[in-house]
Amino acid sequence: MSATGQGKGWDVLDSQDRARFEQLVLPHLDAAFNLSRWLLRSRTDAEDVAQEALLRAFRFFRGFNGGDARAWLLQIVRNTCYTWLEKNRQVELMTEFDEDLHQQSSATPEALAIAGDNRERLARALDTLPVRFREVIILRELEGCSYKEIASITSAPIGTVMSALARARQRLQRALTQPAQQEAPREL
Amino acid sequence: MSCDFSGTLVHAYFDGELDAVRAAEFERHLENCRDCTATLGAAESMRSTLQRAQLYETAPANLRRKIRAELKVSSPGASSSSIAAWRWLAVAAGILLVTGVAWFAVPRMGTTSMTSSVTSTEILDAHIRSLQAGHLTDVASTDQHTVKPWFDGKLDFIPPVRDYMDEGFPLIGGRLDVLGERNVAALVYGRRKHFINVFVWPTKEPDTPIHPPGSKQGYQWVHWRHQGMEFCAVSDVSAQDLHELAQLFIQ
Repeated sequence: MSATGQGKGWDVLDSQDRARFEQLVLPHLDAAFNLSRWLLRSRTDAEDVAQEALLRAFRFFRGFNGGDARAWLLQIVRNTCYTWLEKNRQVELMTEFDEDLHQQSSATPEALAIAGDNRERLARALDTLPVRFREVIILRELEGCSYKEIASITSAPIGTVMSALARARQRLQRALTQPAQQEAPREL
Repeated sequence: MSCDFSGTLVHAYFDGELDAVRAAEFERHLENCRDCTATLGAAESMRSTLQRAQLYETAPANLRRKIRAELKVSSPGASSSSIAAWRWLAVAAGILLVTGVAWFAVPRMGTTSMTSSVTSTEILDAHIRSLQAGHLTDVASTDQHTVKPWFDGKLDFIPPVRDYMDEGFPLIGGRLDVLGERNVAALVYGRRKHFINVFVWPTKEPDTPIHPPGSKQGYQWVHWRHQGMEFCAVSDVSAQDLHELAQLFIQ
């Protein structure tokens, strides 16, 4: 842990570290923002939290061992998001993660294709997923992470990543084919 | 009745996370499983739906500015005298990367000479595959005199095998692998807690220096040719570490 405070903590890194941070970590700002936006379901909150996460990453940069900078940053982003959710929207984190596995969806690829033409509807369906399902979909489908990367970002075993993805896809498919009134109310 | 695999393995297959053997096994299963075929179709359709919807949200410009200001990092294009010259070289290497990959990814047009005909995707896939349980090494030994003879008779060439334990790259073992439809030797080295695959195959091309590092999905690779052999080292360790290992091979 760094002993620096909020204000002038950035002096802890010398100019070389700073340049390295700029070169290795800053290019992943979009990934950081995108993950925050989908975890928090709000662009405004995502801006604050992504900024905080980047500053935390900067503070912890000395501890970065030179591996996968994107996964390293996204792990910090995810933790920052969860801390924020715990503080501001605890209910969301308690959303039931286990649900009936055997419920089969009747969605056909054609039905999905139609639904997909509507970005709004798709975004809404994603937002109805519990946060732990939402994050694996975002990391895999939007960010293109491997299971190994997702496992390190979410601190979960690879097997858990695989089954979470399987269930998340099933849930998303169901949310997309469900009549709108059955969707969980969306927080603004 | 629902197939057990439709909730698990079919996703790993769809995401390209199965090694070649298991993927082939799973394809045989797919031929007779309607559940898995349907799940696969739905996953594919979902992916293209998500891609079409362009859900990726990029950081607003003012957030980027705020962070740069707060970190006091130079803005793009602005020169900073405190940055050592080699860092600029690294940046230059990054720019060259685009050209580099294009060169390295010469399409496999059914040639038999197969020299630089391996794409970065194939290299990465082979590396990721190797990290899955039980696939990293066919012969696990830190002894170069065990690993080298093991390849004898399994390939039409003998790869150079040396342990670089003292230099911080202990030899972990070796493995047969397939890249661009040809058999290659994969030498596995450790670097702290990470693994490095060095793929080796023969070439008729002249020696080339260690190629500027490539990077994709958090993995790095470097490429070089030396004394009739073509090498590609790939790992999640830094490009600098890979370069260091590559230099040991050339010495």
